[in-house]
Amino acid sequence: MTVDAQVPHVLDVRGLSKVYGEGETAVHALRDVDFSVRRGEYVAVIGQSGSGKSTLLNVLGCLDAPTSGRYFLEGLDVAQLDERQQSVMRNRQIGFVFQAFNLIPRTSALANVELPLIYAGLGRRRRRERALAALELVGLHGRSDHRPNELSGGQQQRVAVARALVTGPALLLADEPTGNLDSESTTDVLALFDGLHRSGRTIVLITHDDEVAARAERVVVVRDGRLTEASPRRARAW
Amino acid sequence: MSPVEIVRFAVRGLIANRLRSLLTMLGIIIGIAAVILLTALGNGASQFIQGQIAGLGANSITIIPRQPPDSAGTDGRPLSAADARALADPQGAPDVASVSPVVTVPASVDAGRASSDATVIGSTPTYFSGANVQLGSGRVYTEADVEAGRKVLILGRTVADDLFGAGSNPLERDVLVRGVPFRVVGVLAPAGEGQGLSNPDENVLAPITAVQGSLTGFGDLGQIVVQARSTEAQAAAESEINSILDRRHGIDDPELRDFQVISARQLADVLDQTLSAFTLLLAAIAAISLVVGGIGITNIMLVSVTERTREIGIRKALGAPPSAILGQFLVESIILSLVGGVLGVAVGFAGTLVPLGDFRPVVLPAAVVAAVGVSAGIGIFFGAYPARRAARLRPIDALRRE
Ligand SMILES: Nc1ncnc2c1ncn2[C@@H]1O[C@H](COP(=O)(O)OP(=O)(O)O)[C@@H](O)[C@H]1O
Ligand SMILES: [Mg+2]
Repeated sequence: MTVDAQVPHVLDVRGLSKVYGEGETAVHALRDVDFSVRRGEYVAVIGQSGSGKSTLLNVLGCLDAPTSGRYFLEGLDVAQLDERQQSVMRNRQIGFVFQAFNLIPRTSALANVELPLIYAGLGRRRRRERALAALELVGLHGRSDHRPNELSGGQQQRVAVARALVTGPALLLADEPTGNLDSESTTDVLALFDGLHRSGRTIVLITHDDEVAARAERVVVVRDGRLTEASPRRARAW
Repeated sequence: MSPVEIVRFAVRGLIANRLRSLLTMLGIIIGIAAVILLTALGNGASQFIQGQIAGLGANSITIIPRQPPDSAGTDGRPLSAADARALADPQGAPDVASVSPVVTVPASVDAGRASSDATVIGSTPTYFSGANVQLGSGRVYTEADVEAGRKVLILGRTVADDLFGAGSNPLERDVLVRGVPFRVVGVLAPAGEGQGLSNPDENVLAPITAVQGSLTGFGDLGQIVVQARSTEAQAAAESEINSILDRRHGIDDPELRDFQVISARQLADVLDQTLSAFTLLLAAIAAISLVVGGIGITNIMLVSVTERTREIGIRKALGAPPSAILGQFLVESIILSLVGGVLGVAVGFAGTLVPLGDFRPVVLPAAVVAAVGVSAGIGIFFGAYPARRAARLRPIDALRRE
């Protein structure tokens, strides 16, 4: 599947840099990164540990602010948005899946999936319907009353995916979503992303795993804070 | 995001940490209960003492003889009928309404086989209003009775009960006072214990002339009861009494007086001062316990924010606006302090149902309103800092925290 150049950018990053700390101990996690993703693309981000992949994704998810450079999400300059407006972006435009699942403890799967809809201001009935539909999509319809500690790692990550996509965000971001999973669960979760991609979702996914990267239609490599495009074939070899 | 959802999040957060929430609340419960209880104690004590003073008769002044100090070099002069007459002079003592000379003598009162130990008080009809003694049935003795020296008697309630049975109404019965026959013409209303300085229920009242003629002889007075024209005139009446008696007894140094003027007003003044100091102390204690409770809330909310930093990060990543995080933690602390406040009011009320000695604590409605208001205020004030800290966290900083 190739992406038409006419399709608009969901995200567009220009000259992005991120420096942690100051002076001698400063770490340049991102250096002058240009990066854009079109609607419907499935992009894998690969690179060695400590190369800056998570830093990039956190900026894309509006969880962290860059040191310099500009970030347009759905055409909006994120740096110009105040804290409340950014929270609206995180809620409506972005679905974030973490390596560590990050479900709210002692809270049922259904309540976890409903949470973004509560912040979106949806009424009780509609958010229940949509949360149940999202759980059904990830194959956990029967587990909606289970708490995180009553679910396997793969199931927890599927709840997290349901939670990320329940608001219908423009962009799905996943930071090593299979990093904590066994191979069987990895297959399940990757199949889920494949399905989401086929249904038209825009996905940016960080991975260590060549096999995972191979499923994406486009692969970018982060090396020492710099980002380069790689062909799927090269990615496989990497 | 609706306020209902914020409250639901807050309640869930509190229930998830049941024990901790309860212990935090305990600080507020104790603080509020202390405020209610201590102010009720102060109020109850004040009402009790005001009742006692009212029992003395608001305008009543009693003069009793006193042994002057050794430095006076004399035993002093007793109170005399002439002293009483001098006090009744409207020129010298314009603020005095009435003067009642009083003689008292302990006596056994007998009716058939029954006997009662009583104090006989001989005086004039003005004594009843002057000493604030209430008649229950029958009549009081009159000026004519006093002039004629008639042996008529008014029984205190306890004496009537002893002689004729509980609740009896022995009008026109004859009794013997130290063997001297008197006719009962009235019975006093029950005064109850603790009213005034002595217990009127154990007294019998008769015309002063009859008591002197048959029991004590026409000698000195035991006391003089004076009624001031009004409560406001009481201080003036007291100084008139002092100057008249000083002159008559040849006294120029108040320290060396051979008489003492006692009034409800003096008592009230002393007690008022003591009570306001007492109430201030109680209020200070209560305020301290409230502040301690409030600091407890801040402490727990800070712990709660720290402990749930990661959860705050997750919520922010999912799009929780700062106001939702702020609201959640602020509402948590308000619920803690409000529920604590309401429980504290309940505990305080329950505490006031326990009578303490002679008096009951009386809850001040203002204290309840203030306590609940203050507890809500504490929730907002002491919860605001931790809640703001939570709301301001950067999502990524919150998520990185373990
Ligand atoms: N909060 C931080 N403070 C300081 N340095 C950081 C912080 N987060 C990440 N880094 C550094 O930035 C670089 C990139 O980190 P990261 O983006 O997490 O890499 P990756 O996800 O590719 O493994 C690393 O050298 C890391 O040590
Ligand atoms: Mg990483």
